[in-house]
Amino acid sequence: MIKVLNLAKVFGTKRAVDDVSFSVGRGEVLGFLGPNGAGKSTTMRMITGFLPPSGGTVTVGGFDIVEQPIQARRLIGYLPENAPAYTDMTVHGFLKFTAEIRGLRGDARKKAVSRVVEMCFLEAVLHQSVETLSKGFRHRTCFAQSIIHDPDVLVLDEPTDGLDPNQKHEVRQLIKRMGEKKAIIFSTHILEEVDAVCSRAIIIDRGKIVANGTPQELRQKSEWAGAVTLRVKGVASSIVTTKLYQVPLVKKVTVVDDKEGHVTVRAFPKSGGNGALAQAVGEAAHDWQIEQLQVEEGRLDEVFRSITMPDTAKEVAK
Amino acid sequence: MNPWRNIWTITKRELGAYFSSPLAYVFIVIFLLLCGFFTFFVAHFLEAGEASLVRPFFDWHPWFYLFLVPAVGMRLWAEERRVGTIELLLTMPITAWQAIVGKFLASWLFLGVALVLTFPVVLTVNYLGHPDNGVILTAYLGSWLMAGAYLAISCITSALTRSQVVSFIISLMVCLFLILAGFPPVINVLEQFAYPWLVDMVTSFSVMTHFEAFQKGVLDSRDILFFVSVIGFSLFTTSVILRTHRAG
Repeated sequence: MIKVLNLAKVFGTKRAVDDVSFSVGRGEVLGFLGPNGAGKSTTMRMITGFLPPSGGTVTVGGFDIVEQPIQARRLIGYLPENAPAYTDMTVHGFLKFTAEIRGLRGDARKKAVSRVVEMCFLEAVLHQSVETLSKGFRHRTCFAQSIIHDPDVLVLDEPTDGLDPNQKHEVRQLIKRMGEKKAIIFSTHILEEVDAVCSRAIIIDRGKIVANGTPQELRQKSEWAGAVTLRVKGVASSIVTTKLYQVPLVKKVTVVDDKEGHVTVRAFPKSGGNGALAQAVGEAAHDWQIEQLQVEEGRLDEVFRSITMPDTAKEVAK
Repeated sequence: MNPWRNIWTITKRELGAYFSSPLAYVFIVIFLLLCGFFTFFVAHFLEAGEASLVRPFFDWHPWFYLFLVPAVGMRLWAEERRVGTIELLLTMPITAWQAIVGKFLASWLFLGVALVLTFPVVLTVNYLGHPDNGVILTAYLGSWLMAGAYLAISCITSALTRSQVVSFIISLMVCLFLILAGFPPVINVLEQFAYPWLVDMVTSFSVMTHFEAFQKGVLDSRDILFFVSVIGFSLFTTSVILRTHRAG
């Protein structure tokens, strides 16, 4: 549904987005990750046709966003960053207006408004002015606006920003449910969200795509992937580490915790995660009293940090 | 889809925004008070004993509008940019032109409502004497067109900035120029050192020169064209400004 090809945006001398290409099909939820200022919002603004690209093309449902903007925009529902809404209107008035401008009239409009009011839990504030709403309600009002015409394509810029944990959960469920029939792009800082919702994730840094894959694939890039955490009782930590270093698959062993006779160590594998290391560690430890043996899945936040950390910070870390 | 339907949707929303805020009522009350005060107490309409509204009533309009119209127009785009709703509006399936015209039309209709509410003055002059109601009608039309020209200029300045105050001040200065270019004391000074053709050119830019004809009851296509082209040009400039903002 969405095809982005060599997209670029230049502000003055700064390349905010540099040669970004990806596509999102129906039934896919694409998570857009990246540090602040990486170019996430700029990319989304170009996809929705708010900013004209400096180079490259965006097509939505086969329509070029620059050449056939009206047809393309009809297919898109957009939740901009910070969820703006007309503060002088009531929630109901605002939704009625957006439905009307999306071409819904009469009965169809009424139905569309009551559908999104129900989906986004807005009954309680329906006749309240947007200005007086709490941040969560304002956010959901703007979110309701983006799905009022049941679009094929949803572009959501930080849809869970500023929501409380319950609301976050609701919105994630909503995105996941809608993702079965639509093409959805959403940006976030929250990595657990990627696991909970996305079928694919892109990490963007300084305007460039630096990683693209399923959350599972991204996690494999972590040195944590396949690491084994072992807790034993009544053995000195030095003995445990020495013994584990003798296991051929082990690259590195760190002591996580050592107190009152309980030793927790973590063994990192030489190459990617598979069950072999756990097997080997288990065998090496078979005559100790094992309290816990756990295979780590690899951690997105660690992948995220190692990919997007500026080069200088990497050197400092070393 | 029919473009006028989109424009009308925008216009309805903007009109609703005016009347849901105190601004509209404050504006109308101030405008009516000013009109009443200047007509009856400054121009001494009743003492003059003349069944005409031109001098005592319409003569003041360019000056009232100087302050009031930029106040109406300043929020049009500045507010959209400040709150961020411009990002919603311009990603809807409408063209930028439809949004610009829709917003302009709403404010212009609003000014029209304020103008219509001055009808007691017309009733008064008809009660007291036998004025030429045709002249009054053309003067009203001229006044509304002039308000539209000021308003379109306010659209430009409003699109230029997110600050309503800056927008207000800039459009006030531009509108002041449009008045002064045809204001007799200024023309007198200008005539002393400038070539006649230059004076003619400057005065032809003034709203005063063109409003004058309407006040005399003359409907000259050139005067109508002047106001319409100021509006058209200003709205076009607004669209260019909005586009360059986004082009970065």
